[in-house]
Amino acid sequence: MSQTNIIPEFVSRRSFIELDGRRRAQSLFDEGTWKELVGPFDRMESPWLPLQGVAPQFDDGCIVIKGKIGGMPAVAIALEGAFQGGSIGEVSGAKMTAALDLAAKDSEAGKRTAAILLLETGGVRLQEANLGLAAVAEVISSVLALRPYAPVITLIAGTVGCFGGMSLAAGVSSYVVMTREARLGLNGPEVIEQESGINEFDSSDRALIWAIHGGEQRVAMGLADALVEDDAKNVKATILGYVQADLRPVYRSQQVEIYRDRIAALDTSEQIDPKSLRQKWNNETTGGLR
Amino acid sequence: MSEHIGLRGRAWFKALTENNQSSSGNPGTVLASEAQIGDEIGLFLCVVPDPASRFPCVRDGQVGLEEAFTLAHHLRRVIAEDRQKPKAQKRPVIAIVDVKSQAYGRREETAGIFFAAAASSDAYASARIAGHPVISLVAGQAFSGGFLTHGYQANRILAFDDSGIVIHAMHKEAAARITRRSVAELEELGHEIAPMSYDVRDYAKLGLLYKLLHVSDPQHPTTADIEAVRRDLIGAIQDARRGAADLSNRLQSDAAKQTRKAGIAVRAALEAQW
Repeated sequence: MSQTNIIPEFVSRRSFIELDGRRRAQSLFDEGTWKELVGPFDRMESPWLPLQGVAPQFDDGCIVIKGKIGGMPAVAIALEGAFQGGSIGEVSGAKMTAALDLAAKDSEAGKRTAAILLLETGGVRLQEANLGLAAVAEVISSVLALRPYAPVITLIAGTVGCFGGMSLAAGVSSYVVMTREARLGLNGPEVIEQESGINEFDSSDRALIWAIHGGEQRVAMGLADALVEDDAKNVKATILGYVQADLRPVYRSQQVEIYRDRIAALDTSEQIDPKSLRQKWNNETTGGLR
Repeated sequence: MSEHIGLRGRAWFKALTENNQSSSGNPGTVLASEAQIGDEIGLFLCVVPDPASRFPCVRDGQVGLEEAFTLAHHLRRVIAEDRQKPKAQKRPVIAIVDVKSQAYGRREETAGIFFAAAASSDAYASARIAGHPVISLVAGQAFSGGFLTHGYQANRILAFDDSGIVIHAMHKEAAARITRRSVAELEELGHEIAPMSYDVRDYAKLGLLYKLLHVSDPQHPTTADIEAVRRDLIGAIQDARRGAADLSNRLQSDAAKQTRKAGIAVRAALEAQW
């Protein structure tokens, strides 16, 4: 009996979630093809955090990597969940918008450049409040400007998840890839409990949180396209598939009538059971590869 | 303050369209009407509270699932109908904004309010990119996900110069709690740090606003106010038609060049290294 047979597969697996934002982004590219743009040595940091006694970071928690994936031009923009909760501020937001706009410019000129958004974020950085909110609006606009020319792929690996305004950027993406550990929603459980009470949402109920926001649920109900194992090799292969995929004639967030009818058909007299919603909505509409 | 939410929005929707009803009655929270603006017809959209909504968490004027998809529905219809028209004839869209926030509810999260909000901002942005002038008139509150869903994709944003106008990422109490400050400290900070401020005049310093409008009482529009606001909306429509279909104008004003210096520098650096 060889040793490989008795060691379970997960032992040799390289976790993606355990990588920081920079390494996550790097891991998606063909070996030796990538470079970081406006990296920490450029020292473009938030001008607003020091005014409030909060230590800024030289990359403002946003990492932009440009290179090739499967030989095709691509740019990955990662929010680092470990810095200020991955929150969007003026500088991190400008990095994201500018990278999307440059990818759109190249793509429109015939050099298709896919964008991968690695979103680990609680949303707007409240210390930069209105400039963060404005940045989110601009990111959404720039995703939509690129989407007709090249795939925009949102990857949510966890464990911070993707919440607040940036969940709209995920919502307008060409494709959304999640792990089981990832969550995607507009309002986090704590915020709902705070605003609407514990009877509306008990934020200590982990099972409930994952049943609603978790990657498995979002994929099963058709609001995300692929569920991947927490394995760097798997994640890379899945992203490669979407980078190479043909552009879709219609995207999920354009399919308004289908979803409007689905909402109209919901029984709202009580809370909605996530499991039965999966069955009702299953799979007819998404733009993803299947 | 919360009892005023929606009153200003409804008052201005009524004043500008001479209509006070939701077009279909379903949901009652979205007012949509086509009405004369200058020498053309525009689509006017407004979200208002409905104490009888079947979604409990939107009853105070929040933007929820039905609201987002209904806004998108009206916008997509106008985009499709005007698809073949030259840009100069595409109908303008006027979003009248007076929204408390997005809906904070479990039903909403379960059914994917993030996606509903995305579909609405997609529709607004698609209208803009297709060449429809999209103008937001902030008549009351414009908070967070509510504003992202309804209005923040506009080519031009106008707001009343009035203490009741608040444009912000999060209401004061929650923002204070999360950033571990008292409400008083937060207000103090807003005077020094423009993006933190809850005052619309500070918001104007960010360079995101096309114009601040002066009216005598935002809740009770007078005939003279209505005429003046119409003129400003027409001016904004014309300006939007002359300008780019993206949001680049938000970085080009003198105020933006001052306040958003860091973001502008990042854009230049990224382009240089691309």
